[in-house]
Amino acid sequence: MTGDVMISLKNVSKVFDSAEGSAAVHDLSMDIVRGETVVLVGPSGCGKTTTMKMINRLVEPTSGEITVNGTDVMKQDPVELRRGIGYVIQSIGLMPHRTIAQNIATVPELLKWDATKVKQRVAELSDILELDEALLGRYPNELSGGQRQRVGVARALAVDPPVMLMDEPFGAVDPIVRERLQDQFLDLQDRLKKTIVFVTHDIDEAIKMADRIAILNRGGVIEQFASPEEILRSPANDFVKQFVGVERGLKRLALLKVSQIGIEEGPVVSPEAPIRDAERAMEKFDYDWCSVVEDGELLGWVDRESLGGCLTVAEAQARPFSAYVTHDSTLREALDSIVTSRTQVAVVASGGQRYVGILSLERISKEIIS
Amino acid sequence: MDQLTAVWEWFMMESTWRGSGIDPGILVRVYEHMSMSLQAVALAALLVLPIGLYIGHTRRWEFAAISIGNFGRALPSFGILGITFFITTALDVPGILGFWATFTALFLLAIPPILTNTYVGIKGVDADTIEAARGMGMTEREILTRLEIPLAAPLIVAGIRLATVQVVATATLGAVVAWGGLGRYIVDGLARGNDVLLLGGAILVALLAIVTEVAFGVLERIAAPRLTSQKKRVVAGSRSGQLGPAA
Ligand SMILES: Nc1ncnc2c1ncn2[C@@H]1O[C@H](COP(=O)(O)OP(=O)(O)O)[C@@H](O)[C@H]1O
Ligand SMILES: [Mg+2]
Repeated sequence: MTGDVMISLKNVSKVFDSAEGSAAVHDLSMDIVRGETVVLVGPSGCGKTTTMKMINRLVEPTSGEITVNGTDVMKQDPVELRRGIGYVIQSIGLMPHRTIAQNIATVPELLKWDATKVKQRVAELSDILELDEALLGRYPNELSGGQRQRVGVARALAVDPPVMLMDEPFGAVDPIVRERLQDQFLDLQDRLKKTIVFVTHDIDEAIKMADRIAILNRGGVIEQFASPEEILRSPANDFVKQFVGVERGLKRLALLKVSQIGIEEGPVVSPEAPIRDAERAMEKFDYDWCSVVEDGELLGWVDRESLGGCLTVAEAQARPFSAYVTHDSTLREALDSIVTSRTQVAVVASGGQRYVGILSLERISKEIIS
Repeated sequence: MDQLTAVWEWFMMESTWRGSGIDPGILVRVYEHMSMSLQAVALAALLVLPIGLYIGHTRRWEFAAISIGNFGRALPSFGILGITFFITTALDVPGILGFWATFTALFLLAIPPILTNTYVGIKGVDADTIEAARGMGMTEREILTRLEIPLAAPLIVAGIRLATVQVVATATLGAVVAWGGLGRYIVDGLARGNDVLLLGGAILVALLAIVTEVAFGVLERIAAPRLTSQKKRVVAGSRSGQLGPAA
């Protein structure tokens, strides 16, 4: 990773008074680059929350140094520090006696923004997070879980802080809502480019949200700190392997794009060609079917059976592919297309129906094994 | 029945209200009674509210709040009055006879419910809400004034209500140590075998306690934070009695 460091933890340890000497976080070092999303993931009690809370000083480190934007957090007023860092927790913690608008406006009001500016900002944020305007006058207990989560994110974004700390922010909602919130947040992050520390115990959420994942073990020990793809491709040790789980290959497929692996040539024939050409193409690749392509445009496919008794390929009437993939498809989508098609390979097209090549099961599995 | 008629007639006499001779009348007695009670509660609240807020917010000295709460419930009012009377007499405290003994006893009596309810109310505010507030950069003072106090307000007011009702009832005992108030009628009635005085005084004390209770009920509704956009408000914690120790 290149780029300037936004958050840096150097040999950070935390021993809680009540913990009789055992460290919740022991000698953790980590640099987080401006604009990236780092996900801390690990089993319950491994020190994710503690690590995150040391960044905004909700927990004070026992030793080590933490800097945000180059300044040692211990040398800043904690209140000032926190007002510059967005903070979202699983239970959200909206103030029950304040309306949604008032909750979103919490930090602007602490900073004594004038009322017009606050109102404008609240409107802007409710727009960004797709919160219905009618919700703004309601109270937190009148909202659904998903709506509350979005209010929590809106509140954290209120003064546009460059850094966001999010502790299992989508942990309390049902899977369908969670997925929507995740997608929405990814879209948002594309535009906002915040530096985000995101805590979860769900490896799939980590893979989805992260630019880099730090897999933590008990005592805040970093077992691996790398991109999701790298963690899935080459887990550093047995702990990571076990944590990532049995579907490592499948999970990686979801991260890789068709454009990232080599596409193969496949049997192709033009509709004007004689049957012999089609047979030769099929023999060459040892397939019993063949793509029909005219001037680079994919028309469909024919097989030995449909060619029977015909003189030209055109007479055989190419059947359209029920599914094909593009460069932007994930390998997981390609795999789905393979296992559900009669032809046992995925046909790759681009820009409408331009034929590019084929993707076989062998090719995909070679990529996963490598 | 005759007695009730006699009491009714007693209430109908102007001299009963305005007084005659050395008897100052009901109006003065009610004034004495309420002014003594409210001052005792006010002083206790002034002293104890900040302590309750501090203990509830910081969670330090919790055992003190719990012990005082338990102690207050165990101590009989009459016992406290006996002790304060003994002490004020021994010290030869100046002023109207029995005044300081009664005042001190009422003051002490008001402390436990106010302290317990304030401490439990503040402590009971959702920990995650407070953590989120702190994480956003609220100062401890802002957390207390914008979050904890508004949410704990109904319980705090309930504590003051309990203290006041108890003090208004107990102020009656002041007459036993020679102070005034409505207890005068009961004590004098007993001493003179005058059932009309005894019954009239008892009715007055009961009425006063009820009025106090109702007035605070209104106050509690006003203090309750708004938690819904609907017209009909959810009143959290109203009508709750004194809370037991949390630990
Ligand atoms: N305030 C605290 N006092 C004492 N121990 C704590 C405190 N907070 C966390 N711990 C301990 O520190 C360890 C790490 O906790 P935490 O950071 O919350 O883990 P995670 O978020 O990964 O589940 C746990 O063993 C937990 O019991
Ligand atoms: Mg945690």
